[in-house]
Amino acid sequence: MLRYFAIRLGRAMITIALVVTFAFIVLRMSGDPAQIIMGPEAPPEVIAAFRKAWGLDDPIWLQYFHYFGAILQGELGRSMRDGRSAIELVTERIPVTLALTLPALAIKIGLGIPAGIYAALHRGSLADRVVMLLSVAGFTIPSFVLGLTLVLIFAVKLGWLPSGGQDSWRHAILPVITLGIGGAAVLARFTRSAMLEVLGQPFIRTASAKGVPWRDVIVGHALPNAAIPTVTIVGFMIGTLIAGAVVVESVFSWPGVGRLLVVAVANRDLAVVQCILLLVAATMVTSNLIVDFLYGFLDPRLRQNAGKAS
Amino acid sequence: MATTTQLSLSGLTVSFDGVTVLHGIDLAIGKGEALGLVGESGSGKSVTWLAALGLLPGKARVSGSARLDGIELVGARPETLDKVRGGRVAMIFQDPTSALNPVLKVGTQIGEALSLHRGLSGGAIKAEAKRLFDLVGIPDAERRLSAYPHEFSGGQNQRVMIAMALAGEPDILVADEPTTALDVTIQAQILDLINAVRREMGMALVLISHDLGVIAETCDRVAVMYAGRIVEEAPAAQLFAAPRHPYAQGLLHSLPPLGGARRKLVSIPGVVPDPRSLPKGCAFAPRCTEMSDACLAATPALRSIEMGRRLACVLEPQSASQRQFEAA
Amino acid sequence: MSAALLTAKDLSRTYGSRRGLFGVITKVRAVNRVSFSIAAGETLGIVGESGSGKSTMGRMALGLEPPDEGEVRFIGQPIPASGTPAWRTQRARMQMIYQDPLGALDRRLPVTAQVQEPLDIHQLGDSANRPQRAQEMLARVGLSVEQMGRYPHELSGGQRQRVVLARALMTRPDFLVCDEPVSALDVSIQAQVVNLLVELQAEFGLAMLFISHDLRVVRQVSNRVAVMYLGDFVEEGDADDLFAEPLHPYTRALVSAAPVTQRMPGHQRLVLKGEPPNPANRPGGCSFHPRCPFAVERCRAETPALVSVDQGSGRRVACHLIEPSASTLRKAA
Repeated sequence: MLRYFAIRLGRAMITIALVVTFAFIVLRMSGDPAQIIMGPEAPPEVIAAFRKAWGLDDPIWLQYFHYFGAILQGELGRSMRDGRSAIELVTERIPVTLALTLPALAIKIGLGIPAGIYAALHRGSLADRVVMLLSVAGFTIPSFVLGLTLVLIFAVKLGWLPSGGQDSWRHAILPVITLGIGGAAVLARFTRSAMLEVLGQPFIRTASAKGVPWRDVIVGHALPNAAIPTVTIVGFMIGTLIAGAVVVESVFSWPGVGRLLVVAVANRDLAVVQCILLLVAATMVTSNLIVDFLYGFLDPRLRQNAGKAS
Repeated sequence: MATTTQLSLSGLTVSFDGVTVLHGIDLAIGKGEALGLVGESGSGKSVTWLAALGLLPGKARVSGSARLDGIELVGARPETLDKVRGGRVAMIFQDPTSALNPVLKVGTQIGEALSLHRGLSGGAIKAEAKRLFDLVGIPDAERRLSAYPHEFSGGQNQRVMIAMALAGEPDILVADEPTTALDVTIQAQILDLINAVRREMGMALVLISHDLGVIAETCDRVAVMYAGRIVEEAPAAQLFAAPRHPYAQGLLHSLPPLGGARRKLVSIPGVVPDPRSLPKGCAFAPRCTEMSDACLAATPALRSIEMGRRLACVLEPQSASQRQFEAA
Repeated sequence: MSAALLTAKDLSRTYGSRRGLFGVITKVRAVNRVSFSIAAGETLGIVGESGSGKSTMGRMALGLEPPDEGEVRFIGQPIPASGTPAWRTQRARMQMIYQDPLGALDRRLPVTAQVQEPLDIHQLGDSANRPQRAQEMLARVGLSVEQMGRYPHELSGGQRQRVVLARALMTRPDFLVCDEPVSALDVSIQAQVVNLLVELQAEFGLAMLFISHDLRVVRQVSNRVAVMYLGDFVEEGDADDLFAEPLHPYTRALVSAAPVTQRMPGHQRLVLKGEPPNPANRPGGCSFHPRCPFAVERCRAETPALVSVDQGSGRRVACHLIEPSASTLRKAA
């Protein structure tokens, strides 16, 4: 068991290192940060001084080496724009983003899973078809389209809610709904097909054949099995809590991590971008670990295999 | 029949999406009796019992009647059916490993039946489950109760299924191909076990199988099914010694002998008909070597030909029984 | 028997099986030093339960899987390595059919095209004649002209197995391995295919290795039968003879466990206790001893060799309790 998780953890580390390396390469290749930060009119000597100050004159491998060394010491650099610690800049935005993504996650789970279960239990009924139609719509409409449509209706036409900003809880309503609906649609589809798959299994018939009332067959026999594939999707959603709102934050001018990322990328603010990427990779990897734990909890077949391995 | 009838099916008919797969089954099972249902895939032998117990999916249309000691099961309220299933009539299935819930401990799954039908709880469940495990021959019962189905072999899972079926102390055990997925030596163990518990508990048995040998060794009476109908019913010894319906004869002669001289197998030509387009008249007629015009005119009714024997064939019973089968 | 078409000598195959994601690799000996030979036109039946290694042996006989030890020779020559041009040429003379005909056929092609395919691959005969030869073979296995144009999913299970058989016979092979070819079929259809196999075997002078768990079917098609248990041959002999008078306790149990429609009065069934052990966990000594009702101390300690015995014609048995034939004893002395 211990060995199993040690290997998982090692893998997670390698994943994060790869993400950092990838970000480093892409950002360095896409343009000269000094030029961008200082602007096209900056005199060459100013640029040279900036390059020297940030170590941009060093050979690329040395920059990479320094950068990696710094990360290992928990030093994630400073924003090239205002010199503030990148980690500080990012962490102060995290709660702002979570204020959107956590309620959205609650909507995804609270709406998507029951809708999926209901649709599966009433397969072929009107309700099933409505749920599936909505789910396809929620699934295919891009979030900026949905966001802008909501703004158009509730902010511009009806004037019930603000169209952007972060001043009160009312500002959060539209972005949370925008985020939540798409995820709920995905989850509903997944839950429905997982549930249908399980309901077709012979052990469901066994449970009925021994006299278990249908309600208890669903709750006691079908749901625990259908939960296994559904957990994967929920885990993935947990992984997007930090950086899954880039588009929506931009649409609603919500000053979260996503906004910060967009601005930082546009400005080639390397330290901030890398810090965010590292954070995203870490949340993704963590959520994967959580999913693995949950699998073990939900599915004794995996639990046993992992146990045997130790 | 000496025994009193416990469960009787009459005119039991099932259709899926407008396609009739079961055409009015009339069949009775007496207290403590062992009845075999034999036939090939698609003959309706499983559907008959799933329909009687209301276990078919919602889109199935079931009509006719299935009465258990006077209680009508077809169209009965869910609460009535839930008491009957597992409590009066228990069922075990072909692939025991997929018939058990993979995420629940086997002890929990047996406990469920004990609490539903025997009103047991807590320690009493555990003690009774352990007794049942001992009864069906699972060693180390105490520990094995907290194992999961994937930790058992197929044969052991079928023992678990049997223990679970016995938990409700049913009057009738319906075993649907209980040994088909198992190896030969394990099959023999499971059949022995079913026979032993049946005798011990005075339970009636309905054994559904495509395997004539399995039926012959276990059952008192046999009904042969073809294309959703019973074509012949007889005491087991008589049926296997002198089958009368050409299909029953063909089935028996299709079986390669295990001893004696080798002969070319008398196979039944053609294939089982599609239920969506059954032939006119007797459904077996196109494959039958004895087919005549009368066979195409109307579906022959299942009629009594002598004490305890019924036949659905237009041929004179005498001529059918006298015909000799030789290697073609 | 006349000169052997195919001989297998001391064939062994061991798999590495991993338990769990990062588990220790345990060695599973699927086939354990098995030797046999098959003459031209002869059928050797292999019976055994799941995990006995019978399918692995079938694949090794065709060179689809390399043996870890031992050797297979076809007409005196070692079988070329799988995938080489020489092996492909030889494959035209050796064919295989499986339990699941749908899996063996291409869903997107009408069956006649698939039956013709081996002729195209091996460049056999005039290409203009190939469709006709395919149709002749399909007619021979009992398909109607109308059925020949169909796709695999439009045929029944029995018809599909006929198509697979027709395809296997197109290259006029000398040797055919059948792995549970009728197990998925209904009794009446099974009889049709078994009859067809027996006819074709005689007509084409085929040698067959016929693998099945069904004793009745194996007896019906085989000249000789070998019984496998946990990778070992425990008994081998003439088919009728072996089922009439099984000697090894495992064979006896198998024969006695096979359900029959007419039980002889006074017949005592020999029902084995327990289940076949995990092949990864082979018992020492005779691998059958934990389930054997007759096991003695020697069975636990010493692995019995497969030796000729006096009973039956050409019978070989691996059991300490069966007396070896006098000639075997002389050789040992």
